[in-house]
Amino acid sequence: MHGRPRKAASKPAEEASKDDTLKLRSLQSQFMSNHHQKIYTQEAIQLSAKLLENNPEAYTAWNYRKLAVEDNLSRIDDSDPSLVNSILNEELEVVAKTLRKNLKSYGAWYHRKWVLSKGHSSFEKELQLLNNYQTLDLRNFHAWNYRSFVVELTKTSEQDELQYTTDMINDSFSNYSAWHNRSLLLSSLVAKMADGFMPKETIRREFDYVHNAIFTDEGDQSAWFYYLWLLDQTVKLETPLRTSSWPSNGSIIILSGPGCFTGSSSKFTTFCSESGSFPLILYFDQAVSGVNSSTVTVDSELKGHEDLVWEPVSDNNSQVFSCVWVARLEFDSTEPCSRTENKVKVSLGKSPGIVSSRGCNISTPYEFIFTVHIHDTVGVSQEGIVSWTGGGFDNWDAQSKDLNSLISLNHLNADTGFEWRKKTIKMEIECFRDLPDSKFGKLILARLLMAEETLISDDAGKGIHYKEILQLYNDLMALDSSHDQYYKDELSVALLHKVTSSTESLSRHLFRYRNMNNIVCLRLNNLTLSRMAAVEKLLFVQMLDLSHNELHSADGLETMQLLCCLNLSHNRIRSFSALGSLRLLKQLSVLDVSHNNIAGKHPVDTTRYLCSSPLSNSDETGREVPSKYWDAYLVLGDLMKLKQLDIRGNDLIAGEEFSSLVRQVVPKLVWLDGHKLAS
Amino acid sequence: MSDLPPYPPLDPSNYDLIVVGTGVSESVSAAAASSSGSSVLHLDPNPFYGSHFAALSLPDLTSFLHSNSVSPPPSSPPIPPSNSHELISVDLVHRSLYSSVEISSFDSEILEEHSRRFNVDLCGPRVVFCADESINLMLKSGANNYVEFKSIEASFVGDSSGELRNVPDSRAAIFKSKSLTLLEKNLLMKFFKLVQSQLAKSDDDTTTVKISEEDMESPFVDFLTKMRLPPNIKSIILYAIAMLDYDQDNMETCRHLLKTKEGIDRLALYIKSMGRFSNALGALIYPIYGQGELPQAFCRRAAVKGCVYVLRMPITALLLDKETGGYKGVRLASGQEIFSQKLILDPCINVGLESLSSLTDQQNETLRVLVPKAMINKEKIARGICVIRGSVKSDVSNALIVYPPKSLFPEQLTAIRVLQLGSGLAVCPADMHVLYFSTLCKNDDQGIKALLSAMGNLIRLPVPESDSVVENVTCEAKPLLLWRALYVQELVKGEFGGVISSMPSPDENLNYKETVESAVKLYEQIMGSEELFKEETSLENTTEENEGGVEIDEN
Repeated sequence: MHGRPRKAASKPAEEASKDDTLKLRSLQSQFMSNHHQKIYTQEAIQLSAKLLENNPEAYTAWNYRKLAVEDNLSRIDDSDPSLVNSILNEELEVVAKTLRKNLKSYGAWYHRKWVLSKGHSSFEKELQLLNNYQTLDLRNFHAWNYRSFVVELTKTSEQDELQYTTDMINDSFSNYSAWHNRSLLLSSLVAKMADGFMPKETIRREFDYVHNAIFTDEGDQSAWFYYLWLLDQTVKLETPLRTSSWPSNGSIIILSGPGCFTGSSSKFTTFCSESGSFPLILYFDQAVSGVNSSTVTVDSELKGHEDLVWEPVSDNNSQVFSCVWVARLEFDSTEPCSRTENKVKVSLGKSPGIVSSRGCNISTPYEFIFTVHIHDTVGVSQEGIVSWTGGGFDNWDAQSKDLNSLISLNHLNADTGFEWRKKTIKMEIECFRDLPDSKFGKLILARLLMAEETLISDDAGKGIHYKEILQLYNDLMALDSSHDQYYKDELSVALLHKVTSSTESLSRHLFRYRNMNNIVCLRLNNLTLSRMAAVEKLLFVQMLDLSHNELHSADGLETMQLLCCLNLSHNRIRSFSALGSLRLLKQLSVLDVSHNNIAGKHPVDTTRYLCSSPLSNSDETGREVPSKYWDAYLVLGDLMKLKQLDIRGNDLIAGEEFSSLVRQVVPKLVWLDGHKLAS
Repeated sequence: MSDLPPYPPLDPSNYDLIVVGTGVSESVSAAAASSSGSSVLHLDPNPFYGSHFAALSLPDLTSFLHSNSVSPPPSSPPIPPSNSHELISVDLVHRSLYSSVEISSFDSEILEEHSRRFNVDLCGPRVVFCADESINLMLKSGANNYVEFKSIEASFVGDSSGELRNVPDSRAAIFKSKSLTLLEKNLLMKFFKLVQSQLAKSDDDTTTVKISEEDMESPFVDFLTKMRLPPNIKSIILYAIAMLDYDQDNMETCRHLLKTKEGIDRLALYIKSMGRFSNALGALIYPIYGQGELPQAFCRRAAVKGCVYVLRMPITALLLDKETGGYKGVRLASGQEIFSQKLILDPCINVGLESLSSLTDQQNETLRVLVPKAMINKEKIARGICVIRGSVKSDVSNALIVYPPKSLFPEQLTAIRVLQLGSGLAVCPADMHVLYFSTLCKNDDQGIKALLSAMGNLIRLPVPESDSVVENVTCEAKPLLLWRALYVQELVKGEFGGVISSMPSPDENLNYKETVESAVKLYEQIMGSEELFKEETSLENTTEENEGGVEIDEN
């Protein structure tokens, strides 16, 4: 049951439990000997029942009973159904008895399912039993799970089950299991397009229903979770969408080999590559799989696009589903610039294959075209130190047109029934503006406003809500200080969406770094950001300044595949494992993580387990790695292009020991902590 | 009562306490006194238990109301206090509690057939709150063993439109309510939470939100306004949950302006009632076979403890000591003289003014509580009983309906309460319902008018064939009236008079809270004991967790 404090056992109760333990032990050993000798006599079976009544969790005993049933069934005459029934009824009895002792015994519920699958029980009896258990504990998820099992067997209509959840919720709307079951049933009914369950009307009806709960008791979590589920259903499309790419549609990029490009390039994105390839990045609004050369076709005069290898950019190990996919297109920088302009056409979704984790295909086929200029390599590669301070930056010309093509964001298609979604969100916003001075009201309102922003497709209307959203989260931090970190994260997300909502606001943070081919630098320093967001709109950024914020990790940055210079100094990063996502940034050559809280002694970050304790302290070359540096070793070891690293001002990096490790792990490193390394 | 059979003489003829009348207060006293070891004689002039709290068949109810509505003419010219040996006897007169009695039957045939299957309350509408003091007393005394209850399924608020809206009295009810807006739901639940935290506060003082002392002393209606509750919700709280009678917004006519403190107490009783018994559907329960079961249960308890019962036995005179003027005993209708230390009387028993004139001051002092008081400007309660075919609300059998002041007509000064009970409670035949109506009034006309208005809102009067054309559609849907009783009852307070005390008449309330509380107080004054049913240890076994304490039938 829920919310009941545990009472300490009294002295006599403790004594009694000692006695019970002894009895249970002897029972168990007797049972085990029966089990091993495959004794299935009536007496032996009864012993197992006794054991289960004392200890419903004795899994072996449940399995033993299954074997015994099979054994007994094989002996009797099949033609007499009453015999079969009596054997199976005996099992149901035992389960009922055990459940009386423990309502939440996994073994017991599973055993009952097993018996039922033999097909010899009256389902009415099952539902009655369930009603009993659900009265005892409304939110017993075992009983709810079992219910859906029985319902499936009896082919009860989902509409009837939906009514059952309504009845249960009307009794007590804090019944989370009932709400949860309701969401499952509705998903299924909507998916089947059952009569009266079109998405539009269903969602409206459910919003109206759950309002009653939220307004009656705004602090009730069950209703609140259900509301968030509904909101998700309203905003999210079932089918995945490609929301952005680099290069973006209609953009012009300049490619050059290693070295300093001298021409005036202020209008375009310049991309330098030592390897003679450039990344092609696709970003989807949900994790997808199946991005490969057969689902994505690339047409261009450039060579080497026939067998493009698409790789997911994903921090987790499954690596099958990812929002970001990258392929590398090769170009020949040594070739004379006879062809200065190459058009590249990328089309995806023409043949099925790109599917979301829910199994939905990408909604509509899509294609985009960009132009590539290839320039000659001039001079030698630059080895100068990159400085984040000083005057190396030029302001971005806000009026320049190429910005538009850079950031050109794919707006959500207006045709896929967006009107009702927008209308629904609008109605919800009106509704929650009425819930006064309540933290839940404010939080829901903030989320609704964010949702509406994502649904707005015209530029004129974009960004109107951010001021209010930021204010709401600021209010919430004051109102509910125990969750202020959560609100701060949400505030950061809103702020980043605000910054990226228009070219105008974004251009205020954009610069060009003169000393490095005038590459695009985005400066988001001093914004009290605690979390990264809106990265899908920042795929073009090569240089990023996030210094003087409150970031705890580099999560999200892995999407920005063009990043070569990153400043994370003066943040709140506590370990190298929090920088794990940087391992996926293959272009990263300059990294500043100075003045964080990366600690040496115990780099334990309970939120991530990047380096589950290594089996040995040696790396593959046999080098000894002190365990406290293991996570640093793992992260830095993957940054193949790193030339400049600044780790000053962290507790971890105290002295020569770490510096020498870094030098070994990052062979290409030229600048460490502002000093040029002797080569 | 002239045809009464001859009584065998009672033996013994000396008791610690004589109680006359078997109403709730009298029966509680008799049970308490017997269980504390006193010898008790409990008499009732009627052939049934319960006096003014009885549940009767339709003919019995009719004859009881008629015989109690007019002062019976003294059978003989007032006998001057007779002087027999050292005692002086003072004749008693019967005061009638009821006036404006009007009983009409619209389908005598059917009622004739079923007349004995009715158990109709005299003191309706009346229910028991689960956290009521009467339940506590029943548990303490063991009287709970003799009564079974059922839940009142629903309560509604009505108005002149005829629509009945559910009273949102719990979290689930607020959630389900279709008549409240979302914002109203929010405000109402917040208010309930405030009340609950206020109640929790008194138990163990925590830093919860509290209602300030100043607010506690201010009028409850002002406090509700301060909590930003809209008028419709205020009205629900005041009249359908706190069960107030007078219009709290009308200073001129409101005879009892409730303070916030009292209001919170009333809500507390309701809220505690909601959660007390897990097998009760809501806050209100009703005894199967009618309210008469309650006093009868106490009487049975008393009988177990040795109390002597004689029904159909009026007392005709009191016996006083000639010298001291002190009370000695009573003379029964049978002529036998019975003596006791103390005497508790039904509110109907008075001494004739004529008799008083010839008595000494001491004798007058002894009889103080039996002197008829002038009834000037006193409030009365108008009651109505209707037997109907069908139900006022489909799918609901046992329900409470409240019409707040001004909800039916502009001059409606007090709330009108209606209780519908069905055959499940064994009070009427199947497919019929009994409806009880009550409202406070200054005079009979005003009260009857209010009741008729509520009846018209709920019930269809049978009309002669020729008029049936004008009936409109909404009328068709209403249940049909079969039988009706209207009467106005005086409200008599109990009075402690030393040796002789008088018990109160049924009060204007929906529950027994005040009745039982005043009975307990009177008993403690009369018997000088500190606590009722003190030696009964059964309380330990019937704590509130123990659902078995009170039998509530779930079907």
